[in-house]
Amino acid sequence: MTKEYKTINEISGPLIFVEKTEPVGFNELVEIRTEGGESKRGQVLDTSDEIVVVQVFEGTGGLSKESSVRFTGDVIKMPLSPDIIGRVLSGSGQPRDGGPPIVPDVEREIGGAAINPAIRDKPRAFIQTGISTIDGTNTLVRGQKLPIFSGAGLPHNDIALQIARQAKTLGEAEVFGVVFCAMGITNEEAQHFMADFERTGALERAVVFLNLADDPAVERLLTPKLGLTTAEYLAYDLGMHVLVIYTDMTNYCESMRQMGAAREEVPGRRGYPGYMYTDLATNYERAGIIMGLNGSITQFPILTMPGDDITHPIPDLSGYITEGQMIVSRELHRKGIYPPIDIRPSLSRLMNSGIGEGHTREDHRAVSDQLYAYYAEGCDLRGLVAIVGKEALSERDRLVLDFADAFEQRFVNQGRDEDRSIFDTLDIGWDLLSTLPETMLTRIDDYIIKKYHPKYRKE
Amino acid sequence: MEVGKVYRVAGPMVQATGLKSHMYDLVLVGEDGLMSEVIGISGDKHIIQVYEDTSGVRPGEPVKETGAALVAQLGPGVLTSIYDGVQRPLPALAEASGNFISRGLFIDGIDHKKKWDFEPVVKKGDRVKPGQTIGTVQEQLLIKHKIMVPPNLKGGEVKEIYSGNFTVEETVCVLDGTELPMIQYWPVRMARPSTEKLAPTVPLRTGQRVIDGFFSLARGGTAAIPGGFGTGKTVMQQTLAKWSDVDIVVYVGCGERGNEMADLLHEFPELVDPKTGRPLMERSIVYANTSNMPVAAREASVYTGMTTSEYYRDMGYDVLLTADSTSRWAEAMREMSSRLEEMPGEEGYPAYLGARLADFYERAGRVTTLEGGEGSVSVVGAVSPPGGDFTEPVTQNTLRIVKVFWALDSKLTQRRHFPSINWLESYSLYDLDLEPWFVENVSPDWNKNKRRAMLILQENAELEEIVMLVGSDALPDDQQLTLEVARMIINFWLAQSAFHPVDTFCLYEKQYDLLEAILEYREFAFEALGRGVPVDEINSAASKDALAKIRLLDDYKPELEKVIKQMGDEFKAMS
Ligand SMILES: Nc1ncnc2c1ncn2[C@@H]1O[C@H](COP(=O)(O)OP(=O)(O)OP(=O)(O)O)[C@@H](O)[C@H]1O
Ligand SMILES: [Mg+2]
Repeated sequence: MTKEYKTINEISGPLIFVEKTEPVGFNELVEIRTEGGESKRGQVLDTSDEIVVVQVFEGTGGLSKESSVRFTGDVIKMPLSPDIIGRVLSGSGQPRDGGPPIVPDVEREIGGAAINPAIRDKPRAFIQTGISTIDGTNTLVRGQKLPIFSGAGLPHNDIALQIARQAKTLGEAEVFGVVFCAMGITNEEAQHFMADFERTGALERAVVFLNLADDPAVERLLTPKLGLTTAEYLAYDLGMHVLVIYTDMTNYCESMRQMGAAREEVPGRRGYPGYMYTDLATNYERAGIIMGLNGSITQFPILTMPGDDITHPIPDLSGYITEGQMIVSRELHRKGIYPPIDIRPSLSRLMNSGIGEGHTREDHRAVSDQLYAYYAEGCDLRGLVAIVGKEALSERDRLVLDFADAFEQRFVNQGRDEDRSIFDTLDIGWDLLSTLPETMLTRIDDYIIKKYHPKYRKE
Repeated sequence: MEVGKVYRVAGPMVQATGLKSHMYDLVLVGEDGLMSEVIGISGDKHIIQVYEDTSGVRPGEPVKETGAALVAQLGPGVLTSIYDGVQRPLPALAEASGNFISRGLFIDGIDHKKKWDFEPVVKKGDRVKPGQTIGTVQEQLLIKHKIMVPPNLKGGEVKEIYSGNFTVEETVCVLDGTELPMIQYWPVRMARPSTEKLAPTVPLRTGQRVIDGFFSLARGGTAAIPGGFGTGKTVMQQTLAKWSDVDIVVYVGCGERGNEMADLLHEFPELVDPKTGRPLMERSIVYANTSNMPVAAREASVYTGMTTSEYYRDMGYDVLLTADSTSRWAEAMREMSSRLEEMPGEEGYPAYLGARLADFYERAGRVTTLEGGEGSVSVVGAVSPPGGDFTEPVTQNTLRIVKVFWALDSKLTQRRHFPSINWLESYSLYDLDLEPWFVENVSPDWNKNKRRAMLILQENAELEEIVMLVGSDALPDDQQLTLEVARMIINFWLAQSAFHPVDTFCLYEKQYDLLEAILEYREFAFEALGRGVPVDEINSAASKDALAKIRLLDDYKPELEKVIKQMGDEFKAMS
């Protein structure tokens, strides 16, 4: 047994400072017991002969200089076995569903060593989410990390749930395993998620980590790491294709900021720690595919942009790491359109490798580009109409304007349970494009028009 | 060598006592011997940055000295390698430790067992100088590797010289009393010397119209490509790495995505160099220190990359070094600085940020090598400004040093105009130096056309502001025509898809012909307008749409001739 110390010298925010210890390892797992017998866990942030700094995940409430501290001699590990599937755990990995503790087959360090870049496989397997604005114009592929940038009060959770329910790879019966990490979401939101998982049976192929708004903020810093360690186990040990959904990354980053302030670090932009990019990257970069292995990890982080500001450090740094972003628009939401995804600022950077002949359909790229071009132009025209009136527009411009409206109503808008196949999505696209004269379809090769344009297909 | 003791561990920073090491010496920290570098000395403590994860390291663990700085291993076998930031070959790491990178592994930068066929070029009794070639090795089918006297040796008389198959460690030459193997070790933070820096009078052809045509880079020049996320930095760097007219490419992925590196590593062995017909990988060296790999190694990666670049330069090659992204390097510097509790400068960056950036870019250049040959290192650094705001310290400090600024513009990205290089904001300070070359080697009108096109774009920008207020119909006819011509320059010439098999790369001649044709169209159009032809009629000329497709053709000349003729006929017919 390792020694217990009662040498806490200082308690400050989420940190305790312990002195006169034997040598303690960096990042070591720490167990702390209050006088009342309550136990908490922590992690070593700074260690030297004189003082050891420990961050306490469950918060320092109830701790005093009399509390005892035990250094475990080991870093934090996640216990894993196939039985973990279907479980609901707390944000620090303890059972939250009344079930027994996980009896581990293996235990893995949660820090996550980096995948060797030389053995990564190139993501290229198309994932059909059944949502047109994703599949059609911002296609997701297996092994990608594609965040949803949203705002307070927007239906990003519904979108995430719909993706978790519907995601599949064409031609493969296998469904995705889901690792769901909630960080600082409200009880109500959590219930919404859980009810949906239960209703659709998704829980049977999911592992859920819940850190709610009233759970300790520091604990949140562990949650995605535990979730991703679990995802890696499911993917690379059990060969599953795993979808990791985490919400809300913004809360995670706020915790990081709190910790930074508690440690009196020099802050970076807007008070967030200078290492936030690196920290986020160690989570997001755990998406991918490894050559020669069966499984994969695809990530859907959700974050709410403070003040809907995309230049805020949280979405900004995320955007610098992820492979594109889906933007949820308040304006579309106000118009009653679901899912209110604005395709203009949205982008899937790995789309090209997952579409076209052999993946989806040969006309995919052309249709997507053409839809994008006229929708963007139509939106711009709305601005002009506000000044000069619709009458002042040329006939062509009026067609484009109508196209943009129809695009929102028919392509963007769909039911919360509507699972469109990619072919349905492309065909809706063609229907919309056929409202324009054929000469306007400048981004589509003639042979593709002849093959897929409704006018020729009916004949 | 002394063995010291770990005193304190905080993330990638370790303090140790009992060492005698110098600044920037390599030390091995802890029971696992983690690769580390001394970055500060304060009182009896050495401050050390560790290139690997420090989880579990305790005070009291040993710190072993190596007596040497972080060096790059240079010799045959560097080409085609894929390294982490401290030049450990990633495929070998995978063999040693599996799919995830584990700690405490030291692997040589080049294979020390492989034998190479060494052909001497000096004889016994010859006197050789530092940097002089003593023999060659055919490293790749088309790339000869020169084995040179290390620049930090004195040179002297060749006492023995061998020929045949050797490993890089075996002696191939005895110089006075010194035995020379093929391998050289060079401290990465130190520039390799050359005799003289040459003026930037030769352009580096990139095959990108907006760059070669408007904002060209000189051989041995420096360029920065700043832009918010998703504006096209990586695609541009990869495109430059693919098609630039250089002998060797060093691609440094500094704190960026693993999937991007995978993409590059899958693509490069398959694509061929248009000049040589050989796989691009044969002329490439990749440093992949992704964002989730240790920050200290990220900080080192740009220097290891630079050192390998200089080494091939010294053989007389033209080298392109791309660093994606220098902001991540600067952030690594900031992270270490803040752990050292140094006085922070702007936005928490250390006060020496500017000096470090300058030292780095200063190592670029077209030079006379020690041996008297000519080689170059051109550097293109991506910059990732927070919020896409160019006033931040890394962008600003970089722009003070580099000569070419390719400003990426998220408004262009949103319009899916690629490359999203803003043509009004960007500049090349090599412009005037390079003009004579273009006149001599491409066309006497190259520079004139470029200026005309630029004027049209400037006028276009002013007109667009008016259009925003009153709509384009309110403009006089000649101005409407200018808008249309500007649109042609933007869409048919400046826009260039990196993913189109033909358009991804464009030779000077084609660049010139395309622009010339657009300007010719403009002549016709204004002439017609002068004759009283209505703008709408001019703007609906079919030859214009035909002109749009020329850039997508490989053998474009016959088609272009046709279109130009069609243009003439069409305009003549307008009345
Ligand atoms: N020249 C180009 N041609 C066609 N598409 C392009 C071009 N440049 C960029 N793109 C598109 O823009 C996307 C983003 O580009 P890229 O990855 O180069 O951005 P970045 O500036 O490196 O972003 P980050 O800072 O986040 O790494 C690409 O995935 C591609 O879809
Ligand atoms: Mg990039």
